[in-house]
Amino acid sequence: MAPLLDVDSLAVTLPSPRGPLPILHDVSLTVDEGELVGIAGESGCGKSLTAQTLLGLLPPGAAVTGSARYAGTELLSLDARGWQRVRGAGIAMVFQDPSAALHPMLTVGRQLTEHMRVHLRMDRRAAGRRAVELLDQVRIPDPERALRAYPHQFSGGMRQRVAIAIALAARPRLLIADEPTTALDVTVQAGILALLERLRAETGLAVAFITHDLGVLSALTTRGYIFYAGRVVETGPTGGLLTAPNHPYTAALLGARPHGTQTGGTLRPIPGAPPAPGEAPPGCPFQPRCGYAEPSCGEAPPPLTPVGADRSVACVVRPHLEVAA
Amino acid sequence: MNTTAPARLSFTDVEVEYRSRGRGRVRAVAGVSLEVSPGQIVGLVGESGCGKSTLARVAVGLSAPSAGAVEYAGRPVTPLGWLPRSGAEVGLQMVFQNPYASLNPRRTIGSQLLDGVPAAVTGSARRARVHELLERVAMPTSAAQRYPHQFSGGQRQRLAIARALAPEPRMIIADEPVTALDASSQAQVVNLLVGLVRDLDMGMLFISHDLALVHEIADVTAVMYLGRIVEAAPTRELWREPRHPYTRALIDAVPQIGPTPRLPAILAGEVPDPANAPTGCRFRPRCPHAFAPCGEQPPTVDLGGRSVACWLTDSATVPTAARSL
Repeated sequence: MAPLLDVDSLAVTLPSPRGPLPILHDVSLTVDEGELVGIAGESGCGKSLTAQTLLGLLPPGAAVTGSARYAGTELLSLDARGWQRVRGAGIAMVFQDPSAALHPMLTVGRQLTEHMRVHLRMDRRAAGRRAVELLDQVRIPDPERALRAYPHQFSGGMRQRVAIAIALAARPRLLIADEPTTALDVTVQAGILALLERLRAETGLAVAFITHDLGVLSALTTRGYIFYAGRVVETGPTGGLLTAPNHPYTAALLGARPHGTQTGGTLRPIPGAPPAPGEAPPGCPFQPRCGYAEPSCGEAPPPLTPVGADRSVACVVRPHLEVAA
Repeated sequence: MNTTAPARLSFTDVEVEYRSRGRGRVRAVAGVSLEVSPGQIVGLVGESGCGKSTLARVAVGLSAPSAGAVEYAGRPVTPLGWLPRSGAEVGLQMVFQNPYASLNPRRTIGSQLLDGVPAAVTGSARRARVHELLERVAMPTSAAQRYPHQFSGGQRQRLAIARALAPEPRMIIADEPVTALDASSQAQVVNLLVGLVRDLDMGMLFISHDLALVHEIADVTAVMYLGRIVEAAPTRELWREPRHPYTRALIDAVPQIGPTPRLPAILAGEVPDPANAPTGCRFRPRCPHAFAPCGEQPPTVDLGGRSVACWLTDSATVPTAARSL
C-alpha cells in the first residue's frame, strides 16, 4: 500500500535580503495511514518548515523542488483552490501555542463549526452536534457549555485539546502536530500524548509529531526522523533509533539530555552550535561539531543510506557509538 | 565580602498573597520553609501556577512576603526600593528565564556588565573585570562591544549569567534559566551554572519544571504544589523513593526513552485555581490515595533529612491498603 504522505527529495529555498537561502535539502519521508511518526531536531533544523510546506503555508518567494504526495495528490503543484480542499479536510495542523492558534474573541463553538460548515457542508444544527462529539472525544468536560466559552476561559492543556478538536473537525486523515506539548507541564503533556495515541487507535488518524524532546519521541511514536541543518540525518523505528543510534548527532543529542542516572553530575553538551541557514560547511553539516569526523566528511553531504532493517543514516564514518545509559 | 555570617538563604513560613479584581485574595505561596546553603544546589520543581516564580521574586526582594520571613546571610531580605541595596544583599542575584527580556537591547554587553561590577573596583581594573566575567561564561572578550541582538539565545543566557556574576554574588536564584533554550545550549548553560556553584562555592536555587534536569544537577529537590512544598529530600532519595503521591505522579509523567513506545502515566484532573484552593490537603482532589484524614491539612513531617506533607506517611492514620505507595 502506498503511504498516505510521501515526501521525496524535498528542497526549499527562502528569499532573504542577502540572496536565496537554502533551508531544506533533499528531505524524504513517509507517513502511513494510522501511523505515529516523529520528527525531531533542534530549532532551526527545518522541522517546522517541512510542516509549512506540507500545508502550503510557505512565505511568498519560496522556491520548492522535489515532490510531496498526499493520498496520491501532488501537493507542490496545487493552486489556491486545491490547497483549500487539502487543508483541514485532508491534512490538519496543531501548533505549539494554543493561545495564538485560537481566536480570542470568538467562542470555541464558532471556531469548531466553521470548518465543518465549509468543508463538510453541514448545517448549523448538525455542525453543533458534531462539535459536542468532538469536544467529548478530546475529553473536554461539559462540552455544551464549552461551546459557548471563549479560549481564555480554559487552561493551557484544555486550550490545546480545543485546538486539536478544531483540527479534527473536518475529518482529516493526517494531523501535523508541531511541538504541541512544548509549552505544557509534564502532567498535561502526558494527557495530550495519550489523546493523540487514542485518536490514532480509534479513528485511524495518522500523526506527524514534531518535537525537540527525544523522550516524547520515544514515548509516542513508532518511527522517527532526526533532522539537522535542513537534512534528515537518521531515520528508523524510534526504539532502535534512540537506544542504538547510528548517527553521531543522534548520539550527541541523547548524551546532552539529563539521564536520570546520576545526581550532582553534569550534562554532556554538543560543542558549538548548529550552522545558520546558508552557512553550512560544504560536507556533512554536523562535521565541525562531530567527534568522529574524518577528512572525507568535508567533501560532500553524505546521502541517507540504508543500514539494516528499516533504518537509514547519513554518515560516511558510522563509528561504533557508545549509547549514554 | 563584608559579611561574616554564612551566605545562607532561608525561607521561614513564607506566604505571598495577591489581591486580584473579582477573585478576592489569591495565596500564591501558602507557607513555605526552605533553606539553600553555600555550595548547594536546591532544585524547586512544580507545575506552572504552583508559586515557584513568586517564591523566586520574594527571595531576591522583587516582591514582599505577606507573612513569614526571607533571610539571606542572617539578615532579612528587604524589598527593592529606590535606595541602593547594601553590599550584603547584592550577594543575592537572579537569572531570569528569558535572556531577551533581561538584557537591555540598546546598551552594549560591556556597559551592562560594568553596572554590576562593585564600586570598589576602579580604573582600568573595571574593564579587566568585564573581560574576566566574559571568560568565565566562555564568551570572547570582544562580546563587550556588541549588543544583545547579535547573540543566539544560549549565548545571551550566558551573558545574563555574567551580569548576575558581576557583583560577586554568593547566592544565585535561577528561575527556569534554560527553558527557552535548545538541547545543546541547554546543556552548556546548565553546566556553566553547576560549574560556578562548585568553583565559587555559591549557593543556587534552581527553579524548573523539568524534573529530569533537576534530578541531574540538584543536591536537594523540593516539590511544590499549589503554593506549598509537599516534599523535599536529597535528590537521589526523592527520585528513588518518592513519598508524596504528587512527587510520584510528576516522576511518572516524564516521558522515558525505551525500546518500545510507552506513554507516560496520567495524573487525573488539573491544578485548581489558587483563589479556590481545596480545603485540607491541596492535592486531595487529584490524589489516587486520598482517604478520610486528607480533609485536614497534613503537617510537614521530618523523616530524617527529608520532609513530606502527606497523611500517608503518618503510620497512625494509614489504612494498610494505601501504604503500598
